[in-house]
Amino acid sequence: MLNRRSFLAASAATLAAPRILHAADTPGVTATEIKIGNIMPYSGPASAYGAIGKLQQVFFRVANEQGGIAGRKINYITYDDGYSPPKTVEQARRLIEQDRVAYLFNTLGTPTNSAILRYVNQRKVPHVFLATGADKWGDYKEHPWTIGWQPSYRTEAQIYTKYMLEQKPDAKLALLYQNDDFGKDYVLGVRDILGDRFDQMVKTASYEVTDATIDSQVVSLQATGADVLLVGATPKFAAQTIRKVYDIGWRPMFFMTNVSISVGAVMQPAGPEKGVGVITSAYQKDATDPTWKDDPGMTEWRNFMNKHMPDADQTVGEYVYGYGVSKTLMQVLRQCGNDFSRENFMKQVTNLRNVEIPTLLPGIRVNTSPTNYHPIRQMQLQRWTGSTWERFGNVIEGAQI
Amino acid sequence: MSASKGLPVAAARGAEQVAGHSWAPLVILVLLLLALAPAFLVEGYRLFQLTLAVIYALAILGLNIVTGYNGQISLGHGAFYAVGAYTAAILMAHFEVPYWATLPVAALVCAALGYGIGFPALRLGSLYLALTTFSLAVAVPQILKYKAFEDWTGGVQGLFIFKPDPPFGLPLSNDQWMYIFTVLVAATLFILSWNLLRSRIGRALLAIRDQPVAAEAMGMNLAQLKTRTFAVSAMITGIAGALSAIAVEFVSPDSFSVILSITLFVGMVVGGVASILGTVFGGLFVVFVPNLAEDISKAAPGVIYGIILIAFLFLLPTGFAGFLRRLVVPLLRRRRSAQAMSSNGR
Repeated sequence: MLNRRSFLAASAATLAAPRILHAADTPGVTATEIKIGNIMPYSGPASAYGAIGKLQQVFFRVANEQGGIAGRKINYITYDDGYSPPKTVEQARRLIEQDRVAYLFNTLGTPTNSAILRYVNQRKVPHVFLATGADKWGDYKEHPWTIGWQPSYRTEAQIYTKYMLEQKPDAKLALLYQNDDFGKDYVLGVRDILGDRFDQMVKTASYEVTDATIDSQVVSLQATGADVLLVGATPKFAAQTIRKVYDIGWRPMFFMTNVSISVGAVMQPAGPEKGVGVITSAYQKDATDPTWKDDPGMTEWRNFMNKHMPDADQTVGEYVYGYGVSKTLMQVLRQCGNDFSRENFMKQVTNLRNVEIPTLLPGIRVNTSPTNYHPIRQMQLQRWTGSTWERFGNVIEGAQI
Repeated sequence: MSASKGLPVAAARGAEQVAGHSWAPLVILVLLLLALAPAFLVEGYRLFQLTLAVIYALAILGLNIVTGYNGQISLGHGAFYAVGAYTAAILMAHFEVPYWATLPVAALVCAALGYGIGFPALRLGSLYLALTTFSLAVAVPQILKYKAFEDWTGGVQGLFIFKPDPPFGLPLSNDQWMYIFTVLVAATLFILSWNLLRSRIGRALLAIRDQPVAAEAMGMNLAQLKTRTFAVSAMITGIAGALSAIAVEFVSPDSFSVILSITLFVGMVVGGVASILGTVFGGLFVVFVPNLAEDISKAAPGVIYGIILIAFLFLLPTGFAGFLRRLVVPLLRRRRSAQAMSSNGR
């Protein structure tokens, strides 16, 4: 049965233009449709992120109404994995083997994507623009079919270190990190920039997620005489750190991971006045920031939300994120021309040159190449004023490693 | 009067039991063939789902033995499942032990752990035991991330393992072989459990559940039976965990959250408490119903799942097994009374 079908396809291809061969060969791509698969936690502990998937469903519907891509409609199929890795495997197989999607796009979560990493690369299915900040998706040698999107934690740490060297060339850096994938990415990023000087310039302390407080770590880091502090911690510990650093009268140049900059979850509990001067970073525009009231990019986004998702809460950052990453995918699809084979799609994914995305901060552009699997590696710093985050300085780029 | 009526019935029952015994191997064989059939009827993804369903059924069987049959409520069986999975994964990833050889080790480790947990269980009443086991389920994912074990467990990164190739060069795909292997392991454990629960020990477990004081007065060693039941139960769930690691080819702490223990519990109740056949249905339920809920609504799959669950418990309050029993038992009874009549007539 299958043999006959592929035989027919092959003989048709010899008669027709070679382009049709690709179209017929790639699962999920027909003359009228491109199937794209996605997996999100619509249920379970991380279900807040489900907003990204909801926006994308609307986004691709609207894109289809506006004519789709190269005469084809995008069929965006999204499933729930509840943030559980075994379920992610099940859903990925459902998308690839049963629905026969052409590519996986923006699947969410670090453990969940880890679980399907090998499967998709064995099958050579594009697994692109993952919704996770881990750095390992940039490893183009080990898994060439997988690529992230947002700046990784490691890139973020590189940016802080660069700024630190610019301001205080002989700084003594204290590095406090959570002892897991997330926290260790910060150590790697600092090491990328400092290289041999790492041991001499940096004192580290780590904590376990299970620890009650990080007070003793903060005190011992202060005792090293460090004048710069970089913290890779999740919100609860971040709030504790800000308060403790202030209370013991330590006033270092203070960098905080942008995972933990929520006003409600970190700055208020820590005490807004205690965090004044804390520096963090951003790569996309904040929907609540009045600076972007007349910004064309954010106006485009706001118009989209008002028109197509009028009931959605526009202060939810996931909607800005989901819009930006979908825009990036559209750019790739446009670059594909009429060849939507998995090989060409991946070729275009790794061939983005200074792509501007309306929701990214001015000056930040998407760039990829066959040896650069970190699409966004620029960020701008911002400082806590006691009531809000205020951006300052130029866009800084992470290291080329 | 009661004697004259009771006798033929007992005789008929005896006859049926004899008949049942001679038929049993054939019935088992037919059921086994039916269970294996999907390996050749469905492909890839569906087969993987069925493999997971069988694995969950096995895990639920473990839970059912201790909770359904013995009345010790456990909300922590996800922990044994996790330990079984990690035992298999560590052995395969670090020591290159063949996949089949990891199952006995996982069984031993989990049985020992279950036996250990069984001791405090002796002193704790039902609800307190539920909480204690629940705390175990909460603790295990964090313990798996702990720094001291990281070289073994892979920390938050988890461990990757490879799905086994079919043995003896059989012309099967990895998925087909994994399914067949899982069904064979599960069938063996189901038959063993069936024998155990139908035996003197099985009756003792039920007696302890329903009338602990009377059971003890009759000379049953409550402490021994309860701890051993916990061990057997943990062992079976642990084997299921090991199978899941091999089938999914990946373990990480996030794979074994608290939700897993609740899922197993739900599967047990929906399938039917204290029912072996019900666990199979429970396994199918926990794999397929969440997908069904999601197809109905992406906005709130949890709500739909909850509604389906409540509807199930409303319509089938004794679980799927109870529903079957309600269907089948009257038929059997009619047959029995017909037999009794005919034997009376003779």
